[in-house]
Amino acid sequence: MSDITFKSVSEIRQGLASKEFSSVEITKAYLDRIEQHKDLNAFVSLSAEDALADAKLADRKIASGEAYSLTGVPIALKDLMLSKNQKASACSNIISNFISPYDSTVVVKLKEAGAVIVGKTNMDEFAMGSSNENSAFGPVKNPWNKECVPGGSSGGSAAAVSARLVPLALGTDTGGSIRQPASLSGIVGIRPTYGRVSRFGIIAYASSLDQVGAFGNSVKDCAEVLEVISGHCLKDSTSMQLEVPEFSSSLDSAIQGLRVGVPKEYFIEGIDPEVKVSIQAALTKLESLGAELVEISLPHTEYALATYYIIAPAEASSNLARYDGVRYGKRAEKASDLLELYMQTRSEGFGDEVKRRIMIGTYVLSTGYYDAYYLHAQKVRRLVKRDFDLAFDEKCDLIACPTAPTTAFKIGEKVNDPLQMYLNDIFTIPVNLAGLPGMSVPCGLDAKGLPIGLQLIGKPFDESTLFRVGHHFEQATEWHKQLPPLS
Amino acid sequence: MDYEAVIGLEVHAQLTTCSKIFTPSSTEFGHGVNELTDPVTLGMPGCLPVLNKKVVEYAIMLGLATDCQIRKRNRFARKHYFYPDLPKGYQISQYEEPICEHGNIKVRFDDTVRSIGITRIHMEEDAGKNIHDPRSGTSLVDLNRAGVPLLEIVSEPDLRTPAEASAYLKTMRKILRFLEICDGNMEEGSMRCDANVSVRPVGETKFGTRTELKNINSFKFVEKALEYEIARQIAVIKAGDVVIQETRLFDSETGTTHAMRSKEESADYRYFPDPDLPELKIQKSLIEAVRDSMPVLPEEARTKLIEVYGLSEYDADVITAERLFVDYFEEAFQICSNAKATANWLTSELFGYLNKEAIRFEDCKVSARDLGTLIKLIETDVLSGKMAKVVFEEMFNTGKSPEQIVEEQGLKQITDPEEIRKTVTSVIDENPTQLEQYLGGNDKLFGFFVGQTMKKSGGSMNPKVVNEILKDELEKRKG
Repeated sequence: MSDITFKSVSEIRQGLASKEFSSVEITKAYLDRIEQHKDLNAFVSLSAEDALADAKLADRKIASGEAYSLTGVPIALKDLMLSKNQKASACSNIISNFISPYDSTVVVKLKEAGAVIVGKTNMDEFAMGSSNENSAFGPVKNPWNKECVPGGSSGGSAAAVSARLVPLALGTDTGGSIRQPASLSGIVGIRPTYGRVSRFGIIAYASSLDQVGAFGNSVKDCAEVLEVISGHCLKDSTSMQLEVPEFSSSLDSAIQGLRVGVPKEYFIEGIDPEVKVSIQAALTKLESLGAELVEISLPHTEYALATYYIIAPAEASSNLARYDGVRYGKRAEKASDLLELYMQTRSEGFGDEVKRRIMIGTYVLSTGYYDAYYLHAQKVRRLVKRDFDLAFDEKCDLIACPTAPTTAFKIGEKVNDPLQMYLNDIFTIPVNLAGLPGMSVPCGLDAKGLPIGLQLIGKPFDESTLFRVGHHFEQATEWHKQLPPLS
Repeated sequence: MDYEAVIGLEVHAQLTTCSKIFTPSSTEFGHGVNELTDPVTLGMPGCLPVLNKKVVEYAIMLGLATDCQIRKRNRFARKHYFYPDLPKGYQISQYEEPICEHGNIKVRFDDTVRSIGITRIHMEEDAGKNIHDPRSGTSLVDLNRAGVPLLEIVSEPDLRTPAEASAYLKTMRKILRFLEICDGNMEEGSMRCDANVSVRPVGETKFGTRTELKNINSFKFVEKALEYEIARQIAVIKAGDVVIQETRLFDSETGTTHAMRSKEESADYRYFPDPDLPELKIQKSLIEAVRDSMPVLPEEARTKLIEVYGLSEYDADVITAERLFVDYFEEAFQICSNAKATANWLTSELFGYLNKEAIRFEDCKVSARDLGTLIKLIETDVLSGKMAKVVFEEMFNTGKSPEQIVEEQGLKQITDPEEIRKTVTSVIDENPTQLEQYLGGNDKLFGFFVGQTMKKSGGSMNPKVVNEILKDELEKRKG
């Protein structure tokens, strides 16, 4: 039975349709596997009962011919996505017992498509981190090497898909939180264009950068789930009123003649030589598939990280002001007055990295510093975006580069050096600042057997090209078929 | 040395939209504590604001009414502070880019008209309410009001006296009520006012150090609070001290103000553009559509009443106190075409009765149509003035139409000359003594015959016709 957990989404769909197995059976198989690999710490809460009930319902729908693309397919959600009557804590002590009174838009869409939500995955607290070590529920282990991190902040989702604990999982990507863990965990991760997927019901970290996306074991799987969760939402004023293309139906279209931009600023010092070699091999592969490689320049890349670490904390300090102990979540018990209530609740409730970013954000928005930091960062952000605009206008149809400068590092290795940790997102952050779609696909393993990811960056709302190129790359390579050394 | 005050007012007007500014949650009055809340109002994790279009329209409407420029590109900003009645830890407001700027309104005060500048008008959300229980030492939070739309209207420091400030406030209230975008009830908090005030020697052009007065929650208190504060500041200066820039609370019990927080300790609100709300672009077409839907404004209505209808300034002022009065006047006038009579009946009879019976205008049983009809009945000699008052009382008490009352009570005025002549001749015949005296030259007795005729007819005869026929009959007797 265990091999049914190694199927692609379309294989699951066929299996369900042909009655090879039922949704209840496959859901049970995945729940068993989650239990078997509990030590990965990928999940923070399971909704087995609801999942099995949903699976049963899905089986009835399949039998009566009312199935949609994800009917009966198990999926996991990052713990910051709200699902009615379920816990959602963003892996923070401050709302560790929060039960959502409403469904996020992505959950509504998944339910409409018949997906079976099995539980919530571990993450860095409030999505702040690149290693999943900032979780109130402890670190997640990388299925490829349990001493290593899976990346972050969507580390639980990445590890769960990598270890085949679920075929699909959703994550969010504010500075690389889907692509970097996808790279470090050897799977595919898509962060769509800002505005493609509704943020309603997603616990906010940095509103102008946050975007929901998906993890899968193949480009096609990611394309299928993105089709389901995308689209304009009346409850999110920043979601775009655009038709959602059928990403999965144009995967095979030729990539002949597509111009792939290779930014020279992304092959800097500090990048792991093995990563560099793999990316170069991947680029050569793309060329052999008919794509044309073009050198491009994104001159403001070096300022992206600093810009991000002003804008994201600024928005975070504001978004996290609501966790005050008054209406829900944790409330300090011994406070004797209002100020103490706030200070104790927040001191006890938030972890160190969250506090660090709240303090940075509060500082950069303060009178006297606003112009020098926040306003300045906004200007630089526009320059970063303009770099991409110019490249796409004049030189290329998409961009290819490394997702992360290194492969997975050891748990504990960088926790005391936030700057080293922040450098992990150096190649992913510019995409968020520019609001672009980005995807990481497996493109190699290093000498230690740890995965390496190729990042593809697209024009706004042109996820289709990323999926197409990624799919062709996958067809020509075996990297995505490599499995982590798990039983 | 003489001092003058410099005053600017910040008015918060709660808008009468059906739903809140950033969520469809209802704004209806009189619900149980925290009943008008939803995840967005409660600041639940993951919630996002979606702007209520009506709020934008109302803001544009007030902007046009106050001669403001409407900003084509708007942004909302977050204003941060921690307080239990503020669910998100920030208020969504407008900061650097308010929707309306650079306007002014005409304020009438003591027979003069002054133009008072409007610095800005911006949209924002209201906070909830904290309820403190001193006995148990606990505080409770009611978030029904959280997210209710507000317009903040900031005046230029153009006001010079407390009475002028009060006149400005009343004018602003009148505009808001004419537009029907705010009910302007200060006691209930649907209109709130903070005042910035400083003093300086007469003739000085620079401003003195100002204080901000809060908690002025009735029209009555605006003048009181300002008078106290101005006197206090002058006393401070005369004693050789300096006024400290600070926020002061008005205490209506004592009629005094006391310091709340000084500038140095003032909160840093850390404003920044709200990333959840994209830039709001206001199309010209929307501004024009709002302009087309604008009701008449108090000043326009006043001018029309004086210039078109020929009413006195006094009557025009009384009628333009409320848009309802103006609408009522116009509707009644449409029926009877006599502006002066309409104004008189409205302001003396109707208002008099309402006052006496302590009934609100909104609850008045006499429709404008019926009042117009009543006046028309007088105009067309169906009713005498005296009879009309009787009919009016019945209308006021029962809400019946004047036609119905006339019909039911047979109150029709008699204008038939033959019938009147009969009564007149019998009155003359019944009073030979008076007739003799009249014929002997006592002209004053003419009135006696009129009175007797009216009495005999129960006041139902048209006095004009009675006069004519009486004259005619008495002439005949002169032989």
